[in-house]
Amino acid sequence: MSPLQSQSVSEAGNARHLLQQMLRVRRLEEKCVELYSAAKIRGFLHVYIGEEAVAAGVIETLTAEDAVVATYREHGHALLRGVSASAILAEMYGHAEGCCRGRGGSMHLFDAATRFYGGNAIVAGGLPLAVGLALADRLAGRRRVTACFFGEGAVAEGEFHESLNLAALWQLPVLFCCENNLYAMGTALVRSESQTDLALKAAGYEIPAWSVDGMDVLAVEEASRRAVDAVRSGGGPHFLELRTYRFRAHSMFDPELYREKAEVARWMERDPIRLLQATLEAAGQLPEEEWAALQAEVDAEITAAVGFAEAGTLEPVEDLTRFVTSEPAISGGSGQGRDSKSRESRVAG
Amino acid sequence: MKTTYREAVRAALRDAIQRDSRVFLMGEDVGRYGGSFAVSLGLLEEFGPDRIRDTPLSESGFVGAGIGAALGGLRPIVEVMTVNFSLLALDQIVNNAATLLHMSGGQFNVPLVIRMTTGAGRQLGAQHSHSLEGWYAHIPGLRILTPATLADARGMLWTALEDPDPVLIFEHGSLYNVAGELADDAGPVGIDEAAVLRPGEDITLITYGGTLPAVLDAAEQLAGEGIDAEVIDLRVLRPLDDRTILRSVGRTHRAVVVDEGWRSGSISAEIAARISEHAFFDLDAPVERVCSAEVPVPYAKHMELAALPSVERVVAASRRAAGSGG
Ligand SMILES: Cc1ncc(C[n+]2csc(CCOP(=O)(O)OP(=O)(O)O)c2C)c(N)n1
Repeated sequence: MSPLQSQSVSEAGNARHLLQQMLRVRRLEEKCVELYSAAKIRGFLHVYIGEEAVAAGVIETLTAEDAVVATYREHGHALLRGVSASAILAEMYGHAEGCCRGRGGSMHLFDAATRFYGGNAIVAGGLPLAVGLALADRLAGRRRVTACFFGEGAVAEGEFHESLNLAALWQLPVLFCCENNLYAMGTALVRSESQTDLALKAAGYEIPAWSVDGMDVLAVEEASRRAVDAVRSGGGPHFLELRTYRFRAHSMFDPELYREKAEVARWMERDPIRLLQATLEAAGQLPEEEWAALQAEVDAEITAAVGFAEAGTLEPVEDLTRFVTSEPAISGGSGQGRDSKSRESRVAG
Repeated sequence: MKTTYREAVRAALRDAIQRDSRVFLMGEDVGRYGGSFAVSLGLLEEFGPDRIRDTPLSESGFVGAGIGAALGGLRPIVEVMTVNFSLLALDQIVNNAATLLHMSGGQFNVPLVIRMTTGAGRQLGAQHSHSLEGWYAHIPGLRILTPATLADARGMLWTALEDPDPVLIFEHGSLYNVAGELADDAGPVGIDEAAVLRPGEDITLITYGGTLPAVLDAAEQLAGEGIDAEVIDLRVLRPLDDRTILRSVGRTHRAVVVDEGWRSGSISAEIAARISEHAFFDLDAPVERVCSAEVPVPYAKHMELAALPSVERVVAASRRAAGSGG
């Protein structure tokens, strides 16, 4: 199958763009693993390697006004949403230049400018937030979409069901994106769900739902565009089950006792990056020098980001209690005052 | 103006919804039913279903949706029927509302108000009689309010809505029917400081919320015995207003803390600790505590009463602290 053969130059351009987006995530996370092994970054680290087509395909279909809610496996979502690799890496270094000033770390990336709402370490914890963001848009009469990413493990949580029910009941503009990589840590979907057809579950809440090949970024993009258009034009919540696979361990501490190497190898043959690259090459849409240039550009971005993170500074420890409660804005200035301490620390002193 | 605590809360809600188009009330049975404690009775007819939003029984879902709506620019007031049900929303309250500002390095504040009923005394059995506001007061990032007076029932909500961060308001179930005089022009009140409701020289009685009426009664009784008690209504459990407590204890040299929570790990334990940390040498007697017995609250009237702080127990503790036996 080579749909690109017959496609226009602009479509091939879009495919090359998606290829680059996926590669940016891949390279950023390969670097994260390296930095983790070198003890430059710490905490829990969950990489998305193998699943890039999901974030790339969906986020491509959103506008700057839309919102994104993600989980602890969210480096890719943050990056593709527009948070710089530099700010992400600096955050993992625990540096003041990080997107959360070193207070969030790998699992808690946030960015107000790109409406990126996390970064949530509680499975299913982000779903109610997405419902609320959509409710705010609905009540304010804004035509915005909130895309909410979560793993298939979340489907067993009460918050999943509460959120789908609320979103459907109130016809809220949420796109639920279930990243079904078959395992919740070591628990396979078949061992945790009586009903493993996730689209059917969503349909039970009267939510239009599709299952999509999550290794084919073009398929993800197409399905997402259809869903986002429907959500934006008042069609209420939609649900995508994106069938994907994580090539690496759940986290840096996972010995991967729960799955066969052969299974991983089988899925790796469907690496979303290689798949698209091969398709483009076969269609004559990705000359070797263009592929090389694309890789070089991505490598340069990541190298620069590591340099930025390395050169970062530490937040002063005197600022430990900042951002527990909001700080009054300094009159005449904009934003939050750097040297006013939090209300809590002033009172408890 | 003659009013009740319930009417004062309702007036505060009406006022808030009228004043700011971003404000809406959401919760189980707040609309058609009129609120499980009849607080929001009539508001659905007045403001419509977008502003008075009935929710399904899904505490985590709608409290989380309140957080999301606050992030999205609204000013939600979320009503949780009673504090016991808030346990189903603990994830959203503790892991999201309280932490998002900090985790995001100051980018995402959550201007959300959550109201709920707390407390025992109505023979509802263990599950419906919890006083868990002290637990919530443990969590950095939350502000915990406990209106005990008509003025606070009327005035705290608006100030809470102006707070850029999450505020939890605990209304004691036994207070809704309390009636009294409220100034016609009663409006917003501060939510930073405790109040000295009754000045006195001999002993400081510290309490909040549902136990305030009993403590005021105890102070009257003590006055008859020649003990002049000062009564502090904490009003805010987090951040605690140490200054008012310490200033008072510095004058009276004796303190009794009254709290409907269980004694172990209660807010009164925190207050007693702060007094001993900062006013140890001002004290003429050990700090006394009157708390609930360490049992799930029983149903039978006499048993329930025995478990809860009472006027008699407050008087007895005060006598002990004042050195006049008891
Ligand atoms: C409520 C909750 N319970 C347990 C955990 C511990 N935990 C972290 S990740 C994970 C598995 C999640 O799997 P899934 O939702 O499928 O996402 P994936 O990691 O596959 O992307 C678990 C159980 C958690 N973070 N949150």
